[in-house]
Amino acid sequence: MRWNKRKLTDRIMSFLAASCVVIAVVPLLSILYTVTVNGLSSINIDFLTKLPRPVGEAGGGLGNAIEGTFIVVGIACIIGLPAGILSGVYLSEYGDNRFGRFVSFVADVLAGTPSIVAGIFGYAFIVLYFGSFSAIAGGVALSVLMVPIVTRTTEESLKLVPGSIREASLALGIPGWKTTLYIIISTARGGIITGALLSIARISGETAPLLFTSFGNMFWAGGIDKPVSTLPVQIYTYAITPFPDWHAKAWGGALVLIILILILNIGVRLFTKKKYGM
Amino acid sequence: MDSSKFSFSRIGRSKLSGDLIFEVVVGFFALGIIVLAFLLFRELFVGSSLSRDTFGTGFLATSTWDPVNEVFGALPFIFGTLVSSFLALIIAVPFSIGIAVYLSELAPEKLKYPLSFTIELLAAVPSVIIGLWGIFILAPFIRDYLAPPLSTYLGFLPLFQGPMYGLSMLTGGVILAIMIIPITSSISREVIMTVPTHQREAALALGATGWETTRIAVLPYARSGIFGAVILGFGRAIGETMAVTMVIGNSPRISESLFSPSYTMASVIANEFVEATSNLYISSLVEIGLLLLLISVIINIIARVLVWRLLKVEGGGRV
Amino acid sequence: MQNKITVEALNAWFGAKHVLKNINLCFQENRITAIIGPSGCGKSTFIRCLNRMHEVVPHAKISGTVLVDGRDIYENGTDPVDIRRCIGMVFQKPNPFPTMSIYDNVAAGLKLNGVKDKRILDKAVEESLKKAALWDEVKNDLNKSGVSLSGGQQQRLCIARALAVEPRIILFDEPCSALDPISTSKIEDLMIDLKEKYTLVIVTHNMQQAARVSDFTAFFLMGEMIEFGDTKQIFKNPKEKSTEDYITGRFG
Repeated sequence: MRWNKRKLTDRIMSFLAASCVVIAVVPLLSILYTVTVNGLSSINIDFLTKLPRPVGEAGGGLGNAIEGTFIVVGIACIIGLPAGILSGVYLSEYGDNRFGRFVSFVADVLAGTPSIVAGIFGYAFIVLYFGSFSAIAGGVALSVLMVPIVTRTTEESLKLVPGSIREASLALGIPGWKTTLYIIISTARGGIITGALLSIARISGETAPLLFTSFGNMFWAGGIDKPVSTLPVQIYTYAITPFPDWHAKAWGGALVLIILILILNIGVRLFTKKKYGM
Repeated sequence: MDSSKFSFSRIGRSKLSGDLIFEVVVGFFALGIIVLAFLLFRELFVGSSLSRDTFGTGFLATSTWDPVNEVFGALPFIFGTLVSSFLALIIAVPFSIGIAVYLSELAPEKLKYPLSFTIELLAAVPSVIIGLWGIFILAPFIRDYLAPPLSTYLGFLPLFQGPMYGLSMLTGGVILAIMIIPITSSISREVIMTVPTHQREAALALGATGWETTRIAVLPYARSGIFGAVILGFGRAIGETMAVTMVIGNSPRISESLFSPSYTMASVIANEFVEATSNLYISSLVEIGLLLLLISVIINIIARVLVWRLLKVEGGGRV
Repeated sequence: MQNKITVEALNAWFGAKHVLKNINLCFQENRITAIIGPSGCGKSTFIRCLNRMHEVVPHAKISGTVLVDGRDIYENGTDPVDIRRCIGMVFQKPNPFPTMSIYDNVAAGLKLNGVKDKRILDKAVEESLKKAALWDEVKNDLNKSGVSLSGGQQQRLCIARALAVEPRIILFDEPCSALDPISTSKIEDLMIDLKEKYTLVIVTHNMQQAARVSDFTAFFLMGEMIEFGDTKQIFKNPKEKSTEDYITGRFG
């Protein structure tokens, strides 16, 4: 009898733990479902290519916000990817000392920075300096979030390269720095690219750092020193208005954004799983 | 030259310096990370000086937020941030531990990867989209299906009194809980997986069931790491901006009821920064940002110390 | 026959651990010299001292002289990169560069030392692969990944990679320990072919291998060189008791 009671407890606890998983998946499914259903009804060619129209006027789209997202994320990549990758190279190749450990520590702390704080930084550092909201300020704010992620993923990928590869290269009479640059980095490139793509996915959906850096704009981007519209900010702006046709636009924008991000995420994970059996 | 003879060049200052130049270049970028952190802190510190000089420490304890008369106190936002984050933890922690235990110990081998992948996918959904869903799906759901039974059966508590319009502290807490479950559960899962197999085998050999093994051999061992994961989730909740801003109601008052709207530190910055007209107004918002940064730095350090100790020493170096 | 390498009073350490104690040894040109001994005797460390790979390991120290054609490779101001270019090395486990094609693996040493001319590279790749007895097996798949080859082919690829930078001396650190018998015998045949043009040093724990391929043999035990001599003599008529014990399988 005692044995049965224990077995029953085991079953109940397994069931409870499994239901935690099920319940946690419900919001995800609900989000994907509502975004898809509500988003599909507002997406069409005009939506993807036209400028927004004032409230009450039919038609129009988020073309400029899509364009702006690519601009701002592109600027963040130009700053963040080289900085993150090279810092990661330093940490993995030369970082076994006090300075290196301090840098990793600071990178971890930066990685935990609230994104809105990165926005204040972009505002204080770039917007105040140039005197206007700009795409570049948005890119800088996003790169603050990007650098620590890329640094750590690069470092970890490089550390996975077996020592025998480095030795093989050194034994050929290839100098240390060329060994790192052309042999080690090329061996670890799968992991480095994965980390870079995941960080792009992460920052593409960020809204808070852009609210008062790249701000918004009802027209096509006029230059990187001018404010630009971005998908996340545009979704937010539309979502908090009381107008149903703008809500529909917000859902449409959400669908475009989520497709971009999920493609990056799922693609990267499938790729790494296949290649590294992770 | 006789090619069979061994020949090698003398010196190579120029060749040796290739290594040096490379190390200096990448070291320069590594230094950049420290400079970036310093600048981040400095900009917030300098930007908030006007507010710090004007209000002093009273800023933290004042509950007035009056842009018209230029009186600013951060208490309602600190209150809102702490309460919504704690609420999120209360909801998220049991779920996260359940998920972590199931995915590391009890689930069939085949389901482990796809399920953890699905749960982590939630972390990839942008905050603003979760907020959009929160406004139109979650808030009405809580208003219509969760709040009425709470006020009927627990209405004697001040927590569940008053009218409920959907956008509220409760909605903010629930949405934060949804957002931190992926990180808390996945780190807990990693921590649990560092528990050495012989611990489990010892319990299994005594005839323990799967759950008993988890309870006796696994959870006590992973306790401090799970605690670290919970704190990391807390840090995430405190810094989370968009989704909360969209569902918490944005009203700077301190209320006992979870049904009333509230305001968080991150939300007030997101909402009011652009329209803040006076220098003191902006400076006060920057000071709230500085507080937010300091709190999240401290929380992250504590959590990482707890998690690292396990993942580094016992797990073999992967974080 | 002249001495290609002369080692005098060589000592090596890992941190405080003294792993090589006062080694004196000569290697003759165009001959194969085998170094045998139980694991942990310092034989791998020893050949890593011959091309300055020992110092790549953190906290490794070294003293003594290694003369190659009469010049000390540890002389102040000598660039270890140059030394390694002249003294090739083949490792225990085949370690081709995993993201490179067969062609790029062989060409890597030349390319990264500044050779850009495609014709020179093509020629070097073909010749090296021929010398490593791999050309016929891979000539139609030069663009395939190096790691797609079998273990034995990978090891010959590593030999070709080492040959491409035109060293005069090649060091083999237990090159067959990860290979099956057929691949092993291919590598052994290859070593015998190579000694016409190169000076070879091979570390092995396989005594039959040492007996089959080498002209001279040195026996190492606990960081010291116990005995050195003609391979036939060492195996038939060792002077030292511990050499005999090891060869007859009484320990190690």
